[in-house]
Amino acid sequence: MKPLSLIVRTGCNLFAWFMLVFGVNVVVHGYASPGGGFQGGAIVATFIAFLLVSYGGEKIHSWVNEKIYDLILEETGLLLFITLAFMGLPTSFFYNFFTIPWEAYQQTGRLFPQGTTAIMSIAVGIEVAGALSMVILSMFKGIRLVSDRQIEEEPGHDR
Amino acid sequence: MKKMIFILSAVIIGGLTCGLLDVPHPFGDPGVVPMDEHFLGQALKDLSTENVVTSIVFDYRGFDTIGEAAVLFTAICSVTALFREGRKKS
Repeated sequence: MKPLSLIVRTGCNLFAWFMLVFGVNVVVHGYASPGGGFQGGAIVATFIAFLLVSYGGEKIHSWVNEKIYDLILEETGLLLFITLAFMGLPTSFFYNFFTIPWEAYQQTGRLFPQGTTAIMSIAVGIEVAGALSMVILSMFKGIRLVSDRQIEEEPGHDR
Repeated sequence: MKKMIFILSAVIIGGLTCGLLDVPHPFGDPGVVPMDEHFLGQALKDLSTENVVTSIVFDYRGFDTIGEAAVLFTAICSVTALFREGRKKS
């Protein structure tokens, strides 16, 4: 597929990184803010859709290593989530094993007083970001396989 | 035989629907439900989280979230298998 025009690519250069930073912000603060891991991961996955639409498939597929999204992000997030769930197993599955009471938190000021729920939220965010990016990348590759090479001009593109 | 099964299942579903109309409590008034009061009151004490939604999604109803993650993983596996690199037709 051909890339879009120069105006669209400049706008993409300007805004795609802000969207990535905003998505990471939503993931990291997901345990205490409206939002959360799942939604922040979806915003991070919007970054790769943005690049694919503006720059076209061939450039992005030569630039992106899919193993990063598949192996590193998605499966690390899922394994971290399930490992944290199993680590509370002496008491019960999904037991929150290193939370501290609210009064003790106000005296010590420890990071993550919520215990496993905060880290599970971040793990789910990592998993969803990798998974949705992987869906977009592999579906775009499927479109490229079906379309013929003889067609020079895409009807929906603006040049 | 098929018609008999159809009539039987229609009678059963109709009976269950008629039974559903006789609701145990009036509409909009769920009555005494101790679970939500317990969650709203105990979330700060149990998990010391300011966000009750996070405590419910990731702790009280953690099995739901683990099923969600499994559904997403299955979807990724099937999409990658469906759109994998194949041979050209020519």
